[in-house]
Amino acid sequence: MRTIIAFGAALMLAVSSPLTFAQAKQGKPAKAQKKAAPAAQVVEETDEATKDFEKFRAQMEDSNPAELFEMKGEELWQQKRGPKNVSLAESCDLGQGVGVVKGAYVAMPRYFADADAVMDAERRIVWCMVEKQGFKFEDIAKKPFQGANDTSAPDITNLVTYVAANSKDMKFAVPLDQPRVRDAWETGKEITMYRAGPYDFSCNTCHGSDGKRIRMQNLPNISTGKGAIKGVQGWPGYRMTGGVMLTHQWRMNDCFRQQRFPEPKYASEVVTDLLTYMIGNANGQVYRGPGIKR
Amino acid sequence: MNTKIIPLALAAATTLLAASLPAHADAEHRAKALEIIKRDFQPRGQAGVDRLTEDGLQTVCNRTSNKPPEYLAKQMEADQLATVKLPADGKLMGDWKEGEKIAQSGQGFTWTDKPGLPVGGNCYNCHQISPKELAFGTVGPSLYQFGKLRGNTPEIQKYTYSKIWNAKSFNLCSEMPRFGHVGALNEQQIKHLVALLLDPESPVNKQ
Repeated sequence: MRTIIAFGAALMLAVSSPLTFAQAKQGKPAKAQKKAAPAAQVVEETDEATKDFEKFRAQMEDSNPAELFEMKGEELWQQKRGPKNVSLAESCDLGQGVGVVKGAYVAMPRYFADADAVMDAERRIVWCMVEKQGFKFEDIAKKPFQGANDTSAPDITNLVTYVAANSKDMKFAVPLDQPRVRDAWETGKEITMYRAGPYDFSCNTCHGSDGKRIRMQNLPNISTGKGAIKGVQGWPGYRMTGGVMLTHQWRMNDCFRQQRFPEPKYASEVVTDLLTYMIGNANGQVYRGPGIKR
Repeated sequence: MNTKIIPLALAAATTLLAASLPAHADAEHRAKALEIIKRDFQPRGQAGVDRLTEDGLQTVCNRTSNKPPEYLAKQMEADQLATVKLPADGKLMGDWKEGEKIAQSGQGFTWTDKPGLPVGGNCYNCHQISPKELAFGTVGPSLYQFGKLRGNTPEIQKYTYSKIWNAKSFNLCSEMPRFGHVGALNEQQIKHLVALLLDPESPVNKQ
């Protein structure tokens, strides 16, 4: 029943949003080519439930609700904000030069010398908000993800969605040749193998071999290129269940919940290392932009 | 290259400490991962950071990539089996209909679950069981016709009960949780699950 309601809500959005997009895009010719390719990933799955969902998702591709969040993110990127009253556009380097968002998402995690750390996209933007704009990390970390009852997504989610959208149709290129990034990848691999907790689960219990399912849900094997891209594609994503926009950081958080682990601290190294491993394994494959999730 | 030598020395030292347990394939990054895991989690709901600490069995499986040396596996499996608490009344089969309900539920132990018992058995998450339930997972083997293929002799009942109580008694690094051992499922619940798998009237065995 919940699924049906969520589908309905998403459909309403799908019907009403093209107009909104058309209006919002006036005077922004740079974004005109955005609709050139499908917005969400079409994966090759076998079971019927997945096929049905993929059909539905394909119908929605032309008006992906993620774009609403992306537009909010663009505004936030441009605005002078925070105690220091500077914009991210004029201060934040995502690895491609200050203010450059094009191609930044698919080339993270990467090593940032100014922070002396490997950072994934979300962690890097948080770092910029704290270091450049003067926001308090504690304030951002207090509620970093959109909850089921929240009417809007946190600023950081909108910003990540904006940055991610600017890597649409580009290939993942995590610089695994950088020693610090390679180190994070190796550590991430070890984290996926770590069994603990009441059920002895590790990441690999579900995501370490091919062709497995939990109930009807296919489980990507993130140690392979084919599996890793499935774990990476579509994030950040608009989730129909609950109608919320969620980031890849959130996905990692929820995996640990299901693993019966305690909660990973927000934007911490454990999540960056995992993302380095997973996205690094998806290197060379095309990112289709912010997506739609079940 | 100093950084290469130190971990090697560390790995060698660790191997000596753990007597004959083989060194982990990448001791340097395992050590780093452990450090990061210890630092980067916070308690939430019922999920405390104590859950991050490996117990002996988890350490052995983690250190050996789930392939412990056979002599060690045999010894530790026997140790795990010794902890299985069989029902005092000697009855191992309950009501398969109750077992089906327990098998369906995947609730329990996450930070969003209400603390306390009872929790679900999570069985369908990983196994095919009754042919009527098509939404089954494939992480574990199919259990369809489990009893039809094996019978339900006292030995089979004891094996099935023990396997659910502590799956590691028979396969040290099995992916399956130790439901009775960690207090997730109680005696009565496990009896019902045994019936689901072994009762000739259960849909698992009926057709």
